[in-house]
Amino acid sequence: MLAHVLTRLPILLGTFAVIVTAAFFLMRLAPGGPFDDERRLPPEIEANLRAAYHLDEPLPAQYLRYVGMVLRGDLGPSFKQKDFDVNELIAAGLPVSLTIGGIALAFALILGVTLGTAAALHRDAAGDFTIMGFTALGLALPSFVIGPLLGLGFGVMLGWLPAGGWGSARHCLLPALALGLPFLAAIARLARGSVIEALAAPHVRTARSKGLSRHRILLRHVLPGALTPVVSFLGPAAAAMLAGSVVIEQVFALPGLGRYFVQGALNRDYTLVMGAVIVYATMILAFNLIVDLAYARLDPRLRVRS
Amino acid sequence: MNDATKSRLRHSFRAPVVRAATGIIAFVVLFAALAPSVSGWQYDQIDWDRIAEPPDASHYFGTDAAGRDLFTRVAMGARTSLAVALLASAVSFVIGLPWGAIAGYIGGRIDQAMMRIVDVLYALPFVFLVILLVVVFGRNMYLLFIALGAISWLDLARIVRGQTLGIRNETFVLAARCLGASTPYIVKRHLVPNVMGPALVYTTLTVPGVMLAESFLSFLGLGVQEPETSWGVLIADGARDMESSPWLLAFPAAFLAATLWSMNLLGDRLRDVFDPRHGVGDRPRPGSL
Repeated sequence: MLAHVLTRLPILLGTFAVIVTAAFFLMRLAPGGPFDDERRLPPEIEANLRAAYHLDEPLPAQYLRYVGMVLRGDLGPSFKQKDFDVNELIAAGLPVSLTIGGIALAFALILGVTLGTAAALHRDAAGDFTIMGFTALGLALPSFVIGPLLGLGFGVMLGWLPAGGWGSARHCLLPALALGLPFLAAIARLARGSVIEALAAPHVRTARSKGLSRHRILLRHVLPGALTPVVSFLGPAAAAMLAGSVVIEQVFALPGLGRYFVQGALNRDYTLVMGAVIVYATMILAFNLIVDLAYARLDPRLRVRS
Repeated sequence: MNDATKSRLRHSFRAPVVRAATGIIAFVVLFAALAPSVSGWQYDQIDWDRIAEPPDASHYFGTDAAGRDLFTRVAMGARTSLAVALLASAVSFVIGLPWGAIAGYIGGRIDQAMMRIVDVLYALPFVFLVILLVVVFGRNMYLLFIALGAISWLDLARIVRGQTLGIRNETFVLAARCLGASTPYIVKRHLVPNVMGPALVYTTLTVPGVMLAESFLSFLGLGVQEPETSWGVLIADGARDMESSPWLLAFPAAFLAATLWSMNLLGDRLRDVFDPRHGVGDRPRPGSL
């Protein structure tokens, strides 16, 4: 297990470095700077501001300075949100995004696998068609359509749940539902396909002929093998879910990380965007490592000998 | 295309859902082409007497908050969405096909390195990169095509590599090599034409994804610019006013959902037809618990 992690580590760190570097230079290539759009500042003041933030140095020097700061765990001051540094903003936004994303992922995974397995067990029966129809709908309705609809239905018309904002556990439900539904649909389809395949496999036939109970066959012989495609889907799914969270945070007016990212990119808040990129990259890479490990555990052929 | 594939194709297109999906796509394409000229309104024309009014005989889908005809705007949005989806898919085809063919044919370390890059790219949230690109280079349609295409070639590269591995040791390839053909020549003249069919099919699978990504960006206000429009822009506008004018959300959302559904379905069916190993539909009925 440890050896597996160690072999993956250089690739992960390399990817991380490439992402951070690419994002840094892309941001700086963008026309305009953080001090452009408000009232035009007197040139002397602007020069002083640029000097204070080291924006007057050549780009490579700025890059090295930034990397040094990041290695010390300091993401720098925000250019736009006065009196805040990026660490504070991320500390405020990240828990919101993680809560919504975590609930959505758990919901999509548990319900998706359950529905997919149920559909596979009742293949070509009414239940299967219902579930598959529902998932086809889930795949065709992007979260930025489901989100407003849920907000309108449950928030405004029925008044059961808050249609936006942040504060209590009730605020998590609609955003997490909207974010998770497309993934639930995708996972259910994957699970259905691979469970159907696993049900026809020789080892399951053997288990059946040994007279094992249906539960035991399903839990011990069908699902572990059948879940590997679902697990390997989780890596890309987590990346897509982060992207989806940007929209969901906009729809439900949540003070999360995604809004900082988009706002920061639009008004050239260099450090805030970079901070968000670093956090996103870290989460994605860590999650992919976990998925790799889980994959190795589920599929004995892939277990790395240590 | 061999006879078995043809018969599977014919069989598959006899299914009612497949016909429905084909019909929906044909309808959307016709709608995009014709609706602006039958509505009697320009997509950016303002009807000052009818601001944010529900559908009626002069505005079939109602008007938006600026008094513009939603029927025409949904059709213009369809044009944008379809154009972006098709061109971006073409870009992904142009990148993914040679990438997969080269990796599969050369093999060895180069193959490993190239596919490792694909693996790594797979895990990245590319929409963020596209957001950065759009912010950096301004909101430009061509950039959108290229950026979206550049992030959606990964699946295709994998498929093409797999197909290439299957034919790289066929006798005609060996014969070409014996005759002294160079690697680029073999890839171009012998491998690419042979993997073209499946590659085109898999490209249709990327179309709905790209369309979704475009709507997503437009929804965030990073896609096409006013008064140009796309389904994502219309949905974003509609979502803002959905309590007072629900039709503004309903029409574009219905169009997007119906199109995505049809394209997903057709893509899946085409894949089953061209790659029967992938689907489980043609197998003998598997066991149950």
